[in-house]
Amino acid sequence: MKSMKSKTELKTDITIIFAGDSGDGIQLTGAQFTNTAALLGNDISTFPNFPAEIRAPQGSLAGVSGFQLRFGSIEIFTPGDSADVLVVMNAAALKANLPQLKKGGTILADAEGFDLKNLKLAKYPEGINPLKDGSLDQFKLYELNISKLTRNALEGSGLGTKEIDRSKNMFVLGFIYWLYTRDIENSLEYIKEKFKTSPALIEANSKVLKAGYYFGETSESIFSRVEVKAAKLEKGTYRNITGNQASALGLLASAHKSGLKLFYSGYPITPASDILHELAKNKNFGVKTFQAEDEIAAISAAIGASFGGSLGVTASSGPGIALKAEAIGLALMLEIPLLIINVQRGGPSTGLPTKTEQSDLLQAIHGRNGEAPVAVIAASGPADSFDTIVEAVRIAIEHMTPVFFLSDGYIANGSEPWKFPTIEEVAEIKTSFARQRSSEDPKFLPYKRNEKLVREWAIPGTAGLEHRVGGLEKENETGNISYDPDNHELMVKLREEKIASIASYIPLQKIDSGANSGNLLILGWGSTYGAIKTATLKAIGQGYKVSHAHIRYLNPLPLNLGDLLIRFDQVLIPELNNGQLIKLIREKYLIPAIGLNKIKGLPFTTEEIYTKIKQLSTQRSEKQVSIQG
Amino acid sequence: MIDKKEMEKTFTSKELLTDQEIRWCPGCGDYSILKQVQTVLPELGLKRENIVFISGIGCSSRFPYYMETFGMHSIHGRATAIASGLKASRPELSVWIVTGDGDALSIGGNHFIHLLRRNFDVNILLFNNEIYGLTKGQYSPTSPKGQISKSTPVGSIDHPFNPLALSIGAGATFIARAMDRDPIQLRELLKRTHQHKGTSLLEIYQNCNVFNDGAFEVYTEKATKKEETLFLHQGAPLLFGSGHDKGIWLDGLKPRIVHLNDRSADELWIHDEKDKTKAGLLVNFFDDPSSINHFPRPFGVFYEEEKETYEDALNQQLEEAIKLKKADINELLRGRNTWEIN
Repeated sequence: MKSMKSKTELKTDITIIFAGDSGDGIQLTGAQFTNTAALLGNDISTFPNFPAEIRAPQGSLAGVSGFQLRFGSIEIFTPGDSADVLVVMNAAALKANLPQLKKGGTILADAEGFDLKNLKLAKYPEGINPLKDGSLDQFKLYELNISKLTRNALEGSGLGTKEIDRSKNMFVLGFIYWLYTRDIENSLEYIKEKFKTSPALIEANSKVLKAGYYFGETSESIFSRVEVKAAKLEKGTYRNITGNQASALGLLASAHKSGLKLFYSGYPITPASDILHELAKNKNFGVKTFQAEDEIAAISAAIGASFGGSLGVTASSGPGIALKAEAIGLALMLEIPLLIINVQRGGPSTGLPTKTEQSDLLQAIHGRNGEAPVAVIAASGPADSFDTIVEAVRIAIEHMTPVFFLSDGYIANGSEPWKFPTIEEVAEIKTSFARQRSSEDPKFLPYKRNEKLVREWAIPGTAGLEHRVGGLEKENETGNISYDPDNHELMVKLREEKIASIASYIPLQKIDSGANSGNLLILGWGSTYGAIKTATLKAIGQGYKVSHAHIRYLNPLPLNLGDLLIRFDQVLIPELNNGQLIKLIREKYLIPAIGLNKIKGLPFTTEEIYTKIKQLSTQRSEKQVSIQG
Repeated sequence: MIDKKEMEKTFTSKELLTDQEIRWCPGCGDYSILKQVQTVLPELGLKRENIVFISGIGCSSRFPYYMETFGMHSIHGRATAIASGLKASRPELSVWIVTGDGDALSIGGNHFIHLLRRNFDVNILLFNNEIYGLTKGQYSPTSPKGQISKSTPVGSIDHPFNPLALSIGAGATFIARAMDRDPIQLRELLKRTHQHKGTSLLEIYQNCNVFNDGAFEVYTEKATKKEETLFLHQGAPLLFGSGHDKGIWLDGLKPRIVHLNDRSADELWIHDEKDKTKAGLLVNFFDDPSSINHFPRPFGVFYEEEKETYEDALNQQLEEAIKLKKADINELLRGRNTWEIN
């Protein structure tokens, strides 16, 4: 080996994709690197992409699990359009992820994953090995013997071949740490914690991690190391967080601020289950978690808890939300607080369980029988899930209504740095229960409303408040069953007005980037925030007159939204669906908004949005020229 | 200010009446059940404000409107699930579920069995009239095979559920059967239903005089009642018949009907509510009364078992977690790995 030392190159940001079999520990490798990068002060954004099957046939294309992460010394809003580095454990992983690699990008491949069996499973034609046939010449290809090097490192450890092979992800991690000038200490600590019941596994995994790192050191003539310095983020203390974690923490914080007991019930469903897992771990906060027998039971139990004066919450994804529809209608008739979390995924029906989509917006707004309005609010990213869920709870309690909180698979599993607040900094939530009454007091009227059109929360156990509620239409104020035609119309209008009037208690819509008026406004909602923001900033940098506004409050919409929209010549609405927000905007504001729709189970790339901005801006100026000419 | 003494005063049956007009058909068995519940409730030592009635959909599910307690008339089949969430979050409340054969065993079948297995301390009053009444006369999951109804003009072809066998299979810890026409036993069983800690299932045969009149008349009418019913009393032999002259004798695990001329009363099956094996046999005394050598239909408490309730176990987990680690919300928000940006 030559003694020449390679230089360390400085970069502003790097995108890596780790890919392998769903049993290769790819997600763990990605998460570990993410944490370490975050601890070093990089801005980060991650995008895990895994199959629905737990263990699809080994080596097959269906079984490829990927973890994309971007870290940088600059502010980052997306996990990157394409990767600088692709780490693949087998042929299928290469085939599935190669289109995501930049021209001239680096491929690190485990040679053993490209044997005849794996090539066949990846459906490469007989006799073709992409590592050997020159088809990857436009990339920097490094073939490593990861499996073999791992086995060498663990020779004599007493572990079986299967167990040894399972730790090859640690070799990859160690090597990548070296490549990006990271320290392995954080992951060594993690290994100690994770395998605390098995000293043999602690030793083995630590050894392989170190072996990966040392492999880098001893082969540094071949690889050039890359350094990405800390990002200049807003001052403060940060942690890394996924959307589902932030949602769970938001719930615990909301319970704390509102003084209510949190009751969370759910039925296992991808990608919402992690919220249940996260809360079940934190029983010391007094949260009661309930794994129900089905989706309907889950929401019904949450309704029971809310009726009793707890903060009732249920979460699911599209198919489960469909099952909950009738019960949501009940909750809005009862006029009790209830939070319904929809971590959206590809639909319809079972659809694409592990892929992301924004196609349940209209379901949230309209998906019930009868005239059944509820408040709807959406998070724009992993960290934003925290603040948004606190807002959702505030609206539910202060306005006595079911509230939909929309997240999606991309937000739920993606992660980013979070400048977390202290509980004192979290917004207040005012809770009040109806007070007890004596026989001298006038009769309690359960559906008497205050100036916000909100009724009192009268919970069992309070003397003098005995009353009946239910799904049948009720008489105004008394809540007694009523089939009176005028009363029904009145109640429908009251319920509608009650939700509409929430608009007076939410912030006005702001422009996120760009001027307050101009040629083009990009109006987004939910998880498209990062891609739209990045594309908008790029376009502004290129001299385009474009602005970006991102809606958190989808029902009711902010009071100033209409005024804001008409200040722009064109409004572009990018959505990961076939056009849902655009229907609401066109209907309400009668403007010819333009859609940009992607329905591939994947997030927008910055480029896709940037291209559309360019196209619309160019058309616009050509049109103006032709009018003037 | 409200006088404390006044708050703790036991309420009267009259105070349980609401100002709502009762909308059941005249002659409906529901009236009797409502009356017995209103009679028994003040005797249970409960505060009225701590009582909650939750119902689903159907004739029986109108019940909460006629009880001056907290109440929820919910959606079809879900009262059991709603009650689970209420009891889990407010264990101190006395929670009563009012449901029917369609509500509990058809559309709500899933929640029904899961409630039983979890053993929340709630009471289920299952009004069984073997018909859909509110939708005007379709056969139900407890209608006997061959039932002529609006939806089965030439007779139903599905076999009925045996609600008590289903319940014991689902792990119920209290199973009893009563009927609307026997108010004395019904009141007694309502008390037992309340006293049991755990999910109590009380099936009540209730006559729908409009769509299924006489479905239970062999058990209620003088001419047949004595031969067709078997009243269960703890520690007493299983006796029935017009002259109390017949009994049930256990031939190994095979029940046989015997005459007291042939066997003495102390040789007979002695009822033991705690014996699950015997309860398993008893719930299967479910023959069509027109078949030859059929067993009489038992009424009373079939089975009772002490078992930890869901809400107790849930609270215990919470208490243990709190003992193990003090809840510090700021520490939780902070997480384990943080970094500073200066």
